[in-house]
Amino acid sequence: MIEFISQPWPWYTSGAVIAFVMILLFYFGKTFGFSSNFRTLCAMAGGKKQSALFDFDWRSQTWNLLFLVGSIIGGYISATFLSGNGAVAIADATLNDLAALGIGAPQGLQPTEIFSWNALMSVQGWIMLLAGGFLVGFGSRYAGGCTSGHAITGLSTLQMPSLVAVIGFFIGGLFTTHVLLPIIL
Amino acid sequence: MKALKYILAGILFGIVMTKSEAISWYRIQEMFRFQSFHMYGIIGTAVAIGVVAVAIIKKFKLSDTDGSPILFPDKEKTWMRYILGGTIFGMGWALTGACPGPMFVNLGYGYFVFIVVIIAAIFGTYAYGFLMKKLP
Repeated sequence: MIEFISQPWPWYTSGAVIAFVMILLFYFGKTFGFSSNFRTLCAMAGGKKQSALFDFDWRSQTWNLLFLVGSIIGGYISATFLSGNGAVAIADATLNDLAALGIGAPQGLQPTEIFSWNALMSVQGWIMLLAGGFLVGFGSRYAGGCTSGHAITGLSTLQMPSLVAVIGFFIGGLFTTHVLLPIIL
Repeated sequence: MKALKYILAGILFGIVMTKSEAISWYRIQEMFRFQSFHMYGIIGTAVAIGVVAVAIIKKFKLSDTDGSPILFPDKEKTWMRYILGGTIFGMGWALTGACPGPMFVNLGYGYFVFIVVIIAAIFGTYAYGFLMKKLP
């Protein structure tokens, strides 16, 4: 059993489990939306003096912080007990495209060229990790949600604004992948 | 117990995001290059099941664990913030290969450098809160 679930999961199993997580949170009377935690963390840090966005009782969002803690534990459990993840088996076309950018074939889940402390010694590393993280935090709040809130929950509840947000995700993602990455890397 | 159920849901989320490899920068690159069905399959399956589940919840007016009806409030019908915010988010997604959830899952997996990405994201949200009155 452990061996079976230690392999990488196919897309249909993964999609079904993600839907199950969303439905579970509905059943608990909550809504699946991970990026709200950033807003909560800003409120906890005393952000309400700076913006009305952070002027709310963050304790009402404790459940989502617990979900966040769980997601860290889930990553740890996967790495420690279900460590079937060797090299990610990506498409040959992607391997070739990335090789042209100087990113080697996968040895684990992440390219060490970008996700290592050494990478922070270079300008590229700062752009990829710091600017990237900043844009995710800024954009998710501006758009009112991230992949979980818009792409999964918003589309499941047939919300037009979420479809617009997802189209935005792809405009930004495609532009960055095809125009900016060749310049940065 | 009330706290535990949210932690357990989060653990399941962390495991599925890892085992599906959706937390991998490589998989997000593959997605934005349209070179694999994998990520589209994951999101598509989740949404397809989600649409049916939400329809069932609405049709039978199902309640949550507190006995309150499960409702799906409509998002406000303005468009600028969704398209602009979405585009900014997408740029960050392609750079880091991680949306907010996977940042934390990666941290747990052992890619500790993601703490830098997370702190940057908190600053990004903070900056949005500071600027939001001036944005379209």
